[in-house]
Amino acid sequence: MTETLSTNQSHPPAEAPILEVRDLTVTFPNHKGDVKAVRGVDYEVMPGEFLGIVGESGSGKSVSSMAVMGLLPSNARIDGSIKYRGRSLLDMDDHEMSKLRGSEIAMVFQDPLSALTPVYTIGEQISEGLLLHDATMSKEAAHERAIELLRIVGIPGPERRVRAYPHEFSGGMRQRAMIAIAIANDPDLIIADEPTTALDVTIQAQILDVLQKAREITGAAIVLITHDLGVVAGHADRIAVMYAGRLVETGPVEQVFARPQMPYTTGLLRSVPNLATAGTQRLVPLEGKPPSLSNMVPGCPFAPRCPIAIDTCREVEPELIGHGTPGVAAACHRADEIASGELTAGSIFPRPEPVQKRVKNGDADRVLEVTGLQKHFPLLKGAVFKRQIGTVRAVDGIDLEIREGQTLGLVGESGCGKSTTIGEVLEMVAPQKGKIVINGVDVSELSKRDRLAMRKDVQVVFQDPMAAIDPRLPVGEVIAEPLTVHKVPARKRNDTVAEMLELVGLDANMADRYPHEFSGGQRQRIGIARALVTNPKLLVLDEPVSALDVSVQAGVINLLEDLRDSLGLSYLFVAHDLAVVRQIADHVAVMYLGRIVEFGASEDLYDNPQHPYTRALMSAIPVPDPAVEKSRERVLLSGDLPSPTDEITGCSFRTRCPLFALLPETDQDRCARDDPQPRRAESNLVACHFSERIHELEHSS
Amino acid sequence: MGKYVLRRFVNYFILAFIATVTAYITSSAFMDPAARYRGQNPPLSESSIKSILDGHGTNPDVPILERTWTWLTKIFLHGDFSTTVHNNPVFQEIMTRASVSLKLLLIGSILGAILGVVLGVWGAVKQYKASDQTVTYASYLIIATPTFVIGVILMIIATGFNRLIGTSLIRFSGEYTADIPPGFFPWFTDQLSHMLLPTLALVLMGAATYSRYQRSVMLDVLASDFIRTARSKGRTRKTALVKHGVRVALIPMSTYFAYAFGTLVAGSAMLEVVFSWHGMGEFTINSILQSDINAAAGSVLFIAVLTLISSTLSEVLYAALDPRVRI
Repeated sequence: MTETLSTNQSHPPAEAPILEVRDLTVTFPNHKGDVKAVRGVDYEVMPGEFLGIVGESGSGKSVSSMAVMGLLPSNARIDGSIKYRGRSLLDMDDHEMSKLRGSEIAMVFQDPLSALTPVYTIGEQISEGLLLHDATMSKEAAHERAIELLRIVGIPGPERRVRAYPHEFSGGMRQRAMIAIAIANDPDLIIADEPTTALDVTIQAQILDVLQKAREITGAAIVLITHDLGVVAGHADRIAVMYAGRLVETGPVEQVFARPQMPYTTGLLRSVPNLATAGTQRLVPLEGKPPSLSNMVPGCPFAPRCPIAIDTCREVEPELIGHGTPGVAAACHRADEIASGELTAGSIFPRPEPVQKRVKNGDADRVLEVTGLQKHFPLLKGAVFKRQIGTVRAVDGIDLEIREGQTLGLVGESGCGKSTTIGEVLEMVAPQKGKIVINGVDVSELSKRDRLAMRKDVQVVFQDPMAAIDPRLPVGEVIAEPLTVHKVPARKRNDTVAEMLELVGLDANMADRYPHEFSGGQRQRIGIARALVTNPKLLVLDEPVSALDVSVQAGVINLLEDLRDSLGLSYLFVAHDLAVVRQIADHVAVMYLGRIVEFGASEDLYDNPQHPYTRALMSAIPVPDPAVEKSRERVLLSGDLPSPTDEITGCSFRTRCPLFALLPETDQDRCARDDPQPRRAESNLVACHFSERIHELEHSS
Repeated sequence: MGKYVLRRFVNYFILAFIATVTAYITSSAFMDPAARYRGQNPPLSESSIKSILDGHGTNPDVPILERTWTWLTKIFLHGDFSTTVHNNPVFQEIMTRASVSLKLLLIGSILGAILGVVLGVWGAVKQYKASDQTVTYASYLIIATPTFVIGVILMIIATGFNRLIGTSLIRFSGEYTADIPPGFFPWFTDQLSHMLLPTLALVLMGAATYSRYQRSVMLDVLASDFIRTARSKGRTRKTALVKHGVRVALIPMSTYFAYAFGTLVAGSAMLEVVFSWHGMGEFTINSILQSDINAAAGSVLFIAVLTLISSTLSEVLYAALDPRVRI
């Protein structure tokens, strides 16, 4: 389906492009110097084409598309030209643009939680777009059409849901509603700005599916803006890579992914953990950070991070031009050498060597043992009158075990109970039910003083390094704070801080600087240094890289691996990104609705998942390789994660289980009746009655 | 739903009870009701003062808790809130005066809220433009000016205006003119000419504070993603702000409304004194000046009931505006 519509570069389409952007620059005036967010961007979009624009945060990818929509703040200075079907958009006023917006050019935004007006029903918000562009349409007709649109984007029970308010929809459903709004007037161009970034992988797969469907129905061209190379690989025809406000490489996805000509693209591709290869090889970090857009130095903006930069690169900024491969253009002085094969990806970004492991796998001591852990919350309803309407089974009897020097990956969708689990471990008090044993000591038997002492042994690194560090403290004090809690003398603290900074790859003399002077990746290193300062045995890592840009993720993951192996640390690594987990974890536990549904050694679980949920999770993860993506068979999960308050008899996964749907009725009864207990299947522990039939899934899809 | 409303009213009853009893006990402990009789000419004997105080139930020789108990049993058994120092029943006095005050307060605070919301939204949309700056400075000027100064300034302006047109069109002494011809129309114009200045003062004060809050809430909303979504559907900036922005920006204001209304009762006391209105504000101030324990407790009950009613209203308003909190 996608192939038939894709633009074939060897036979350029006869039609004219529907969108032509020429030499677009966007500048935001600022008293500290103007921020040049977009610095001369040229691209065009053919009718029906799927263009993926990739870049890190601050690369100008969103700003350039907001300029197309005419939705930039009024203080932005926009130059160049944007032509839609030959009409210049930059010459139109808000009134003329608003006739085009929503009818011919539509947009899907990143955060579905805030993109819908909370006080109007979903139906009203879809109808609004219809009525604005068709004065002859009646309210009833708009309502009917809204129901139909909701059905198209896969909302179950649209007649009822059309009257729901946004807060009654899950994130995935809201994003479907956003797509319904976007396709309402049959647009010719849909701009989707990070439409799946805020969503879980299983929901991401569903939404991308809906977007493809929307494209088939409307025949619209799609511009997908994302930082996720995997998403582009699976869906786009053409890719455009942005860096520091310019396009640095464009071309058909197959060619750019297979043979990138710009070192930045090469670096990005090599730094992303790939589900197919993760764990078998080290990631290649792309060090440094994008340049400040307010004080640009001459030359190629990537030169300071580029391992093959030559003197010319620091003097002249390269043009985006072709280097022999039809349809591919790259902005690099050495692209000819790369295109001809003189410079290979491996020679530009060589893989770093792993460090020697201090503790061998096997019969090491148990650092953390969790048995039958349970945490239920009463559910209250009503802002004015509170009352209990049920129980949230956040964690419903789970077992975990981590040995010295090993990493346990805990994965699952948001709301599955991952955070509650680590909260319970870190709290170090007797759980509602079950047992938590740290270093052989049952936490329920700890005295107050022992508990404080034990906190040294268990430290945590949080998800968002921007939010988790006090912006008003110099980082030296941030790192030293755990030591003050444990009453370490001041002089020793300073020495330790310097040591820690060097350990995580920062300069010891950076201790006096404030957090805002550091990049996201550096801040996460500070977070890690703060956690390591008490010399812990177990580090709880709560989504430690998910808030970071892709290019810096690799550096942090490598650092974590090195620290574990050289210091003999154990990790409880919580993440939703299965590729990242595979890269670092020895064992993996897959969590669903407060239960562990599958547990096993990393390679066993990834190579041969036994639980249908694990299988669906794996297949939902996009792989940054178009060849792999296009040949993959997907196991799509239907619907959202059920509310943990729902009473589901038997297996809690059966409401979404793709295998359940294939079972004969007698077997389905068993799923509905008996709660599956963990049992050995192949080499994993699996909570499924019918995991032996897991292979039937492949033949069905 | 009915059960929750009932529970809520029981809560309110308890709160009002605690507020009133606390007011009664503290004023009994610190006020000296005998003082106002001692300076009289001809002097009253100590025993006759005590017997007057016994009549009001405020004799300091009786232990406070005993007095409180007597006061409470009168209320609960006979609906009798005791008498003021002028021997008027407290309850009747409050009823007459409440209608005077509420006429002023309701109209003034509602108009003030509406004007404040409009100015706040306008200021947010025109942020840092001359019009926004003007409204901002004017608001701070009004907020910084004491109530009675505003009242007096308005009176000076009105005097000048009356002199200019040659008749006293605007009246600012008392609540009504004593000798107006009968009939609805003369009564109505008389009411208008008396209410204009105190209402204007209330509206100015209300609008000044409301507009500050509304402006900052609206600025948050302006940056919201859903405004961008509305524009991406094809709304112009202006209609997106009006249709999607204002409605959402009103939600947090409804909470503020309750508290503002409660403090307004206290604030309007000054206005009543300045404009010689015999309302609840004047009653409250006088009760304190004259060491009138029963009247003070009654005033506190009035303010408590008013605050609780307005907080209920604000919750109803909140639920009406915001579907996320509906039950």
